[in-house]
Amino acid sequence: MELVCPAGNLPSLKAAVDNGADAVYIGFRDDTNARHFAGLNFGDKQIREGLKYARDRKVKVFVAVNTYAQPSGWSRWTAAVDRAADLAVDALILADMGVLDYAAERHPNLNLHLSVQGSATNPAAIGFMHRHFGIRRVVVPRVLSLAQVANLIENVEVPVEIFGFGSLCVMVEGRCLLSSYASGQSPNTYGACSPAAHVEWRDTPQGQETRLGGVLIERRGHGEPAGYPTLCKGRFAVEGEIRHAIEEPTSLNTLDILPGILAAGVSAIKLEGRQRSTRYVSQVTRVWREAIDACKRNPQAFRPKESWHQTLAQVSEGAQTTIGPYHRPWH
Amino acid sequence: MDSMQSQPPRPRLSLGPILYHWPREQVLDFYAEMLETTVDVIYLGETVCSKRRLLRPEDYWELAERVVAAGKQAVISTLALIESDGELKTLKRICADERFLVEANDLGALEFLEGRPFVAGHSINLYNQRTLSFLVARGLKRWVLPVELGRETAADLLAARADGVECELFAFGRLPLAYSARCFTAYNRDLPKDDCRFCCADYPDGLLVATQDGEPFLALNGIQTQSAGTHNLLPSLQEVTRMGVDLLRISPQSQNTAGIIDVFAACLTGDMDLAAGMSKLRDWTPSGLCDGYWTGQAGIANSPMERQL
Repeated sequence: MELVCPAGNLPSLKAAVDNGADAVYIGFRDDTNARHFAGLNFGDKQIREGLKYARDRKVKVFVAVNTYAQPSGWSRWTAAVDRAADLAVDALILADMGVLDYAAERHPNLNLHLSVQGSATNPAAIGFMHRHFGIRRVVVPRVLSLAQVANLIENVEVPVEIFGFGSLCVMVEGRCLLSSYASGQSPNTYGACSPAAHVEWRDTPQGQETRLGGVLIERRGHGEPAGYPTLCKGRFAVEGEIRHAIEEPTSLNTLDILPGILAAGVSAIKLEGRQRSTRYVSQVTRVWREAIDACKRNPQAFRPKESWHQTLAQVSEGAQTTIGPYHRPWH
Repeated sequence: MDSMQSQPPRPRLSLGPILYHWPREQVLDFYAEMLETTVDVIYLGETVCSKRRLLRPEDYWELAERVVAAGKQAVISTLALIESDGELKTLKRICADERFLVEANDLGALEFLEGRPFVAGHSINLYNQRTLSFLVARGLKRWVLPVELGRETAADLLAARADGVECELFAFGRLPLAYSARCFTAYNRDLPKDDCRFCCADYPDGLLVATQDGEPFLALNGIQTQSAGTHNLLPSLQEVTRMGVDLLRISPQSQNTAGIIDVFAACLTGDMDLAAGMSKLRDWTPSGLCDGYWTGQAGIANSPMERQL
């Protein structure tokens, strides 16, 4: 089982490599990837240096071109595919069927992974993408239970990668428009959920308010902790009660079910957080490397160390973590 | 005369699948009423939650026969999120029935429909001309534009489409914005999904989510999250006609759907002016109208055309 780590920039890439990643995933500096934030991602110089750094240490580099191209921007996506092919990256992570079709035709030897943004949650969907584009891995959305993941693995020819740690995306990725409903920009079209340029913070007598595209998505008491304002984790009024109507501001953490993940035959486990700090990348990579190695040595005796949980808790968004959808009662 | 001939034909009207969990009798009465309307195409089937089984595929096929007998086209719509073996089995069975056109709402349906004519629903991510051509080569005859895309992308795709391929717009209804494994209606009742007690039946147009300052924002419909505002392309009727859009979809709501169809039909023929139509629609929608997506803004926004009417 491969450990796939996030790298939003060159220092993070080096941190992931140094702390035990088997592969790192990165994006170009534009809207072709789903972590399109100012100051993040890779230009030509950084990508060459990053590739060399990783390869010298036998770590793979994956490039995500996982947003959806519209006709007016089409050439940016094909250019990103060509660029990744020229760089001979270890895999290109794609979501858009048109972009996959282009990549498979133009660069038949390029290793293609279906992004989580590709929204494939069942054997028929994965089979379709495999048959037509020859995808060699699928990253599944964070909506399946562990039993469903295990069943999927038994029924597809394509190796399966799952998210193990980081932000918890509650919706089927690639088909969530909540952000664009409030702001006009979505992960699919722009490469960011709840983009920072549309976020406003206001101090009012009622409390601290967070707005996205002018819509009040959170109002908290003075002194209450504030995370990144993701729309689905805001508090709203439902039948007269103010509550987290969609999801609490929790992070995903699957350390406790790692033996089950391994037994299910998961090929790779992905850590989320290209938008996070180098320190975050170092710490989560180190913990997960240790945990995976310990679990592989002796899955029956595997118990997550308290120190791992403490380290991960320090870097989690929101104070709580959850096994989320992998655990049936979450549903 | 020449300019008259170069005008594309008026868009036809379609009725989308019922997105909510209505009692069986209500569904049957609803379709009996819809058969009397001028709507040209009727989509039938459960697209949101596989636990809702008041009507089974056989019931929808039977309804589809009646739709055809009434001189309309029947299309069978499939589930938007397929996770379990049971859901996949039902999907396969629906896709194997060749009497009716099928609307794919998940990639899995494309696998079963390949080589046959099919419709790609709005939850299939068709964002560019290469995806369109790829799916046309697999059998696509009609696609519903993903709801977050606006007129610029629609125009580019319309210009690039092959002959005989139809473009449908989600023209009226609460916008389907997201799908999850979690049932949000049950979650807000503090019920687990496995014991949901079909509580979504209590909200025939979805459960309203308002912001903390009281603005209607979203509507929860089981595992689907919708907009609270009703997306409405009536203000852009002339533009979509000029562009050559083939179909306008009206998404069923529990009240006044027949009236809404009449408003669209009358505004398309010019028998009713847009301002009069808008006034009726405003009275008939639970939380106001929006059309921002069409003009490239946030979906919740109101376009200048809409504000003028």
